Amino acid sequence: MADSPKKFDKKSRYTEARGLPGAFEGETVTRRRFMEGTALAAGGIATMAFALPGLGFALGPIFEDTIPTRWQDVGPEGDFNDQSYVPRVMNIEPQIGDAGKTTIYVRKFNTDQDKVIEGQDKQPYVVISTRCAHLGCPVRYTQASQKFLCPCHGGVYGFEGNVEAGPPVRPLDRFYTRVTNGRVEVGDRFSLNSQFERFSPRDPTNHLDGLWQYLYPSRPTT
Amino acid sequence: MKLPAPPLPKALRRSPPRPGQDDRKNGRNGPPATKPTPKDQAVEGVAGVVGWLDERTGASPFLRGFLYRKVPKGTNWYYTLGSATMFAFLAQAVTGVFLAMYYEPDPTRAYESASRITNEVFLGEFVRGMHRWGSTVMIILIFLHMGRTFFFGAYKYPRELNWVIGVVLVVLTLMMGLTGYLLPFDQRSFWATVVAVNLNSSGPIVGPYLADFLRVGSEFGPTTIARFYALHMLAVPGLIAALIGAHLYLVAKLGTTAPPWLKAEKKDLLKEEV
Repeated sequence: MADSPKKFDKKSRYTEARGLPGAFEGETVTRRRFMEGTALAAGGIATMAFALPGLGFALGPIFEDTIPTRWQDVGPEGDFNDQSYVPRVMNIEPQIGDAGKTTIYVRKFNTDQDKVIEGQDKQPYVVISTRCAHLGCPVRYTQASQKFLCPCHGGVYGFEGNVEAGPPVRPLDRFYTRVTNGRVEVGDRFSLNSQFERFSPRDPTNHLDGLWQYLYPSRPTT
Repeated sequence: MKLPAPPLPKALRRSPPRPGQDDRKNGRNGPPATKPTPKDQAVEGVAGVVGWLDERTGASPFLRGFLYRKVPKGTNWYYTLGSATMFAFLAQAVTGVFLAMYYEPDPTRAYESASRITNEVFLGEFVRGMHRWGSTVMIILIFLHMGRTFFFGAYKYPRELNWVIGVVLVVLTLMMGLTGYLLPFDQRSFWATVVAVNLNSSGPIVGPYLADFLRVGSEFGPTTIARFYALHMLAVPGLIAALIGAHLYLVAKLGTTAPPWLKAEKKDLLKEEV
């Protein structure tokens, strides 16, 4: 009498009943499969052990404030008036020599004409950043036309740094100012939208009007 | 077991003995009449080394399959653009390694070290020139290769994945251009990089963070140039080399396509039936 072929239950918990090679009674996982899993898990843990710290190391600076507040003296109050801008050099990143310096344009706040920027204490001085709001080229102030002109792609800004022509998406950034012992000091950068509402510093290209401001959020680095 | 013969050029292959020559050469029937010439010894030596390596690596069947694979009728010079791009990359890698021996990725010294390479180091101007112009050559070649693939329809089934890998390689090659442009650290490269990083910043939500990653902060800082340097000489070329390997594997595995103007030949069998 021939044995009927052994029936395997494909859905059984037990490896023996499923007819797997190398199965032992009572096992739900074969040792081969268990070793496979262990080796893969060990490899995965070892990889993560160096990959995650490495990634954190590379990405860490985007969660840090990299530009601490430093108040920089730009000259005595007598150097500036409320009708025209005076160029000054400011050190944005002191560790990299000339590459860390930038030109700023300084004038006295004109109480008759200038808008007081919303959400901000009245600033004694207006300090305009020369970083174009289009792609970051340095703009230059032309006294004859009372405009800021960008050499790269033709951005034109008015006397207040408001966009008058060309591709820039928002007015020129400004810096906080204060007066200490009769000397003008310049602090952190801040950005403005076309309504002259104040924002934390944003990169050039970042729109700040209407819904755009939510697509270009405030970042920990600024 | 008889091992397959290594794919040597004819000059290096051991020729079968001619009748009558055999006895003298191996000296079976008495001493050899003539000593082996230096040329014979050199051929023997090279063949011995190649045979030794082949016996231990089994490389020759693989190399024969890879280098002597059959290509379709109509294969022409346009099919060399991919190899040309790869050799441009290899030239960039080699010249880049040598430039790295003199270059200092420090914002206060980068410009000086780059001009020292050009003006003082022996052959420095030449090696830097090869790297500088070679980058342009590589970008031109990779786009010509991409155009060839597109216009010959070589991206179609079953080669879609190779097209995708190729597109990633194009992007990585452009990233090499972007990260390398900063390194001379003159006015042009500084401002071009400022503009390029701000372009990255224009992407909604992630863009500003990407720009922060590239600059190491919200402003161009003391480690920006080191980051660009590390991306330029380690991360991106490593990825490019790995993907070139995958790209070539798929080319060898799937074969190349015939140019689109060649029609498939009718089989003789069909002619007979008509």
